[in-house]
Amino acid sequence: MPPTSTHKIRVALVGNPNSGKTTLFNTLTGLNQKVGNFPGITVDKKVGACQISQLASKNKIDTEFIDLPGTYSLYPKSLDESVAFQVLCDPKNEHHPQVNIIIADASNLKRSLCLATQVTDLKTPAILALNMMDLVEQEGITIDIQQIEERLGIPVIPINARKKMGIGNLKQAILKAQEQATPKDFVEIHSIAPKLIDSIRESVHTNSDYAAFQVACNYQAITHFSEKRKQHFQQIVKNNGFIAKRAQATETVRRYKAIDQLLQTCISHPEGEKKQTLTQKLDNVLTHPIGGFAFFLCVLFFIFQAIFSWSAYPMDLIDGFFASLSEYVGNTLPAGAINDLVVDGIIAGLGGIIIFVPQIAFLFAFIAILEDTGYMARVSFITDKLLRGFGLNGRSIIPLLSGAACAIPAVMSARTIANWKERIITIMVVPLMSCAARLPVYTLLISMMIPADQTWFVFNLQGLVMMGFYLIGFLAALAVAWIMKHLLKSKEKSYFVMEMPTYKTPDWSTVGITIIEKVKVFLIDAGKIIIAISIILWVLSSYAPANHFELIEQRYETVENAEAMIAAEKLEASYAGIIGKSIEPVIKPLGFDWKIGISLITSFAAREVFVGTMSTIYSVGDADNSKTIREKLLSEINPETGESFFTPAVGISLMLFYAFAMQCMSTLAIVFRETNGWKWPLIQFFYMSGLAYLASLLAYQLMS
Amino acid sequence: MKNLAELHIGQEATIDSFSDKELALKLMEMGCLPGEKVHIERKAPFGDPIAIAVSGYLLSLRKQEAESIHVNTVK
Repeated sequence: MPPTSTHKIRVALVGNPNSGKTTLFNTLTGLNQKVGNFPGITVDKKVGACQISQLASKNKIDTEFIDLPGTYSLYPKSLDESVAFQVLCDPKNEHHPQVNIIIADASNLKRSLCLATQVTDLKTPAILALNMMDLVEQEGITIDIQQIEERLGIPVIPINARKKMGIGNLKQAILKAQEQATPKDFVEIHSIAPKLIDSIRESVHTNSDYAAFQVACNYQAITHFSEKRKQHFQQIVKNNGFIAKRAQATETVRRYKAIDQLLQTCISHPEGEKKQTLTQKLDNVLTHPIGGFAFFLCVLFFIFQAIFSWSAYPMDLIDGFFASLSEYVGNTLPAGAINDLVVDGIIAGLGGIIIFVPQIAFLFAFIAILEDTGYMARVSFITDKLLRGFGLNGRSIIPLLSGAACAIPAVMSARTIANWKERIITIMVVPLMSCAARLPVYTLLISMMIPADQTWFVFNLQGLVMMGFYLIGFLAALAVAWIMKHLLKSKEKSYFVMEMPTYKTPDWSTVGITIIEKVKVFLIDAGKIIIAISIILWVLSSYAPANHFELIEQRYETVENAEAMIAAEKLEASYAGIIGKSIEPVIKPLGFDWKIGISLITSFAAREVFVGTMSTIYSVGDADNSKTIREKLLSEINPETGESFFTPAVGISLMLFYAFAMQCMSTLAIVFRETNGWKWPLIQFFYMSGLAYLASLLAYQLMS
Repeated sequence: MKNLAELHIGQEATIDSFSDKELALKLMEMGCLPGEKVHIERKAPFGDPIAIAVSGYLLSLRKQEAESIHVNTVK
């Protein structure tokens, strides 16, 4: 019986963005991935595992892979970029690897070698995986791999991560890596600051001049160093008159000189004039002022269709499933508090979370495809000038548009925005886009205020007002983004500098794994919070102090068909009702009363709950439950004026409130997850509530 | 001496120096070194950002960022 794993090898995957690193990580680890958090940093921590069989002995060796964020250089420009630096240069870091796999796009060898040789200079055993060799061959370029192996002193393995070629060789190289000779020095570092490097080498316990050099430049970014330790390094740096930025520049120039020398010996380009590449031909259209935007609008249209219409079918299925489940469990379990809790609290809560899965899956499928093909970079390219004035990024358009369907997948997709400030602004304003849940509210209120056949010129007035509110949401998003751009201080300088990768066909297994991982993250991280809040809200609306509920039931004992009225009075007497009544003085200036107040509380679970709650509350006095909700609301009389309560002023005020208020616990839950804390969801909640209150107040006071 | 933003599509030049030290480091890491050849490949619809071919790949940057790169034009 072959013995199982004896020890674990920790491997770090490092490489430029667009080098195929994620595809390689997915190929090596499949679904054995875990996404977590680095403390204080918003970049995801991706760790995965696989077992490699030794060819000779058939032993299975456990290997753990950490997928480090794509970067062009070890020098961190922001806290997020410091991950690669911290993991690779600090031997005490919990994820410090035993083997480094550097993945490089072979068609981009010169620039890739900058990071690659920085990593080999750290002296950890390393392997260079040369990806996309097929592109290189297509262009008639030849690379002498042996020359590179000799110069760097590490194995160089050609792979095709997509077609899964060369992976076996790579795995065997991992097993042998720790027995190999240390990588050779690529750049002579010691002479840049000899005494400094020696002191730091001792202090950090590393045998690499370059690691010591990096620490000297960036010790502030090492999160687990104590203040005392940092001051120790500060002293060494001062004593040696070391200026980090200047030293980094010197080192970078030296490195590229060495890279140029190496490339002369190992790369040969074909003779003759270069034909226009496919990428160039595509870019002629896709970055064209007319063609580019037209294509982009089509893409946006498809995405919107997917999350708005195509998702409806699976969402209805999920809805139906949970309705049946509720019914079945409700009838099976003995009646009572447990039954209510399970059916109306837990099952309803679960259903409310799982219903988002189709939209999340569709949106991320599209985004993964756009990103993988290289098109996303073009989106940023053609929209940058328009959006940068609002503190947004080209990649903000997709979250914003998706927010018109649902803010949850939209907020999650803001992760593709690398710049922290632009990402936060996008996340903060996305919920202002009028989402699908607001539709039932708008529809009801518009139908109450405007007759169905009224037109304005040739346009149906109801439709116009509806579109108007969508536009208001969008304009508000831009306005708030503009304000936040000026309010938010960011230490990070906003650079656009961005690579435009060659166009490639998407890797479908990566798309699939992306969808699964995103759905998992949503269900587990946001799901917990959503269930908790929905149970709380359920308790608030299903329970009342003392024996108030029993008293209500007693009063209706002899009345027939009183369910609707009982429900209405119970809601009024419940804790939610008490809260609704207590906020009445605050919402009176907006034209609202306590009945609307209760609906505002329950809508926090989901905006569309507004219609159901209003329907329940206004059932008092409606013995045979025959009127539609619209009729019920319209027949409500304002005790102070003696006239109809729902005047146009009230209608508009209420619609504006729903347009701007943060009334979706699921959104708050996902913002919490995406920003790693309660600070931003709370800021969002308060600023949106403030905006909603002000808008409603102004509208109501001006119109009445 | 001209800066990169002043060139038009199709022009070639060599990088001479940088006027923004911090941006310079980032640009150098991405292959924009003094002495390196660059070629203006295309510009976005409003003329900003611009895409240049350098060190074997396509790099896009804002006009403002390009203004900090001083170049010698190939006559």
